[in-house]
Amino acid sequence: MSDVVIIGAGMHPWGKWGRNFVEYGVVAARTALADAGLEWSDVGFLAAGNTMRNGYPGYVSGSTFAQALGWRGVRVSSSFAACASGAVAIDQARAQIQAGRCDVALVVGADTAPKGFFGPLPGVRPEDPDWLRFHILGATNPTYFGLYARRRMEAYGATAKDFAAVKVKNSRHGLTNPNARYRKEFGYDEIEASPVVADPLRLVDICATSDGAASLVLASAEFAATRADHDRQVRLAAISTVTPQYPNTYLDMPDIATDSAVGVALPERTFRDSIAAAAYEEAGVGPGDLSLAEVYDLSTALELDWYENIGLCGEGEAEALLHSGATSLGGRVPVNPSGGLACFGEAIPAQAIAQVCELTWQLRGEAGERQVEGARVALSINQGLFGHGSCVIATK
Amino acid sequence: MSTKPHVPVVEGYFTEEGGAKLLGGRCARCGAYFFPKQYSFCRNPACGAPDLDDVELSTRGTLWSFTDNRYAPPPPYPATEPFEPYGVAAVELDVEKMVVLGQVARGVDVSSLHAGQAMELVVEPLYESDDVVHTVWKWRPVQEVAS
Repeated sequence: MSDVVIIGAGMHPWGKWGRNFVEYGVVAARTALADAGLEWSDVGFLAAGNTMRNGYPGYVSGSTFAQALGWRGVRVSSSFAACASGAVAIDQARAQIQAGRCDVALVVGADTAPKGFFGPLPGVRPEDPDWLRFHILGATNPTYFGLYARRRMEAYGATAKDFAAVKVKNSRHGLTNPNARYRKEFGYDEIEASPVVADPLRLVDICATSDGAASLVLASAEFAATRADHDRQVRLAAISTVTPQYPNTYLDMPDIATDSAVGVALPERTFRDSIAAAAYEEAGVGPGDLSLAEVYDLSTALELDWYENIGLCGEGEAEALLHSGATSLGGRVPVNPSGGLACFGEAIPAQAIAQVCELTWQLRGEAGERQVEGARVALSINQGLFGHGSCVIATK
Repeated sequence: MSTKPHVPVVEGYFTEEGGAKLLGGRCARCGAYFFPKQYSFCRNPACGAPDLDDVELSTRGTLWSFTDNRYAPPPPYPATEPFEPYGVAAVELDVEKMVVLGQVARGVDVSSLHAGQAMELVVEPLYESDDVVHTVWKWRPVQEVAS
């Protein structure tokens, strides 16, 4: 399979701007195209990530952005995989290039998010697990984050202070990131004063819902070779979009129950472990090769789970790894140098693309004060509702 | 105590007749359990049998994790005014080897729970409308009977 190269990255800053999501997406797309030194007229395929909370244009995001940038007959795809939507869009774009159907593809994800808890879509739908979990259990997203966090405490002896340490770290990382929504350093006292939302997690342990947009320009290796700026090109070494193996015995959002382990062998790896494993296998690298990682810190405690899922340490060892400083800027393998979701909040279809923008800037050496020195191999990972994995590995 | 009739908040998931029980599906071919039954067929990729039997699931399990919700969820959760915090527990059923979520039963101090303890199923009111009490399954620590 031929190589695919990231030649442009751009964002619209995260925030709570209250504008139409298309406005953000177009800013991000034009920024990414300018970064690549290309025009919209150079793009042969547009892959976008859908948003569920902005009406019909959000369900047909590919054509929405093609119209907004100006109809010119470009083929499109519109992907939804919840939090993993952006990575699926990147995968769609890459596949078109690998199939030889275009040289240059544009990836866009943008969202305008409501305030507060994400709720289900309106209506009465008892057969929709995402509706039912809210109605009969009051199981919000933070409920699940609280369950995962408490599990770390019960199984490994983690403490609320360990989780706070993740917030302290990420708030420092994002301080100078121009695209981050929250650029403010948090200390332990302030975190402890924050109200409990889903015990043991406090408001500041849980990521906010944000507006924002991110975009990438991908090209075939052949096309990229014709460009002058080789130093800025980043190789897309792997994209994993795996789903779980049966039986999935880990309680994933928005499920009310797991699969049953009766009468069948358990899979070799848990779902979250398998997401990274598939990417490592494709890229031909391992956890020891990583210069940095962007992981989906929907909550502070979840960042610690990811350390183990991507193999930075063994099960139950994430707290020790965090406190060793290894995952802070200046450490062995900084995690969330961008500041992560702690500093961005979540703009669902844009977030996985934003993670890859950060990998791109880090691998180019363009990340400013949050630069990881000598970055060569970078990984981003997340998980979307209803069994969507997403992991990208990019290399210099 | 309300004298209104009890109606399950969702059809086909549980019953309180003859004691609280979750209602699920079981594959006669491979033995896999499903809760909720959700579909008519088996989702084990090595099986794929076209039918599931209706079964009552075991009523006891082991606490995997728990949390305490301190903020009112958005609709369609029937939050009371003023809002009452509620616990949510994830319990692995002993027989079926599956984790099932449920609210923590009223009167249970969530901070007293610990992973690994034995839990049992109960059916309790979730909310009342004008005519009926809408019920749901919940988890509570196994009530030890003094011997």
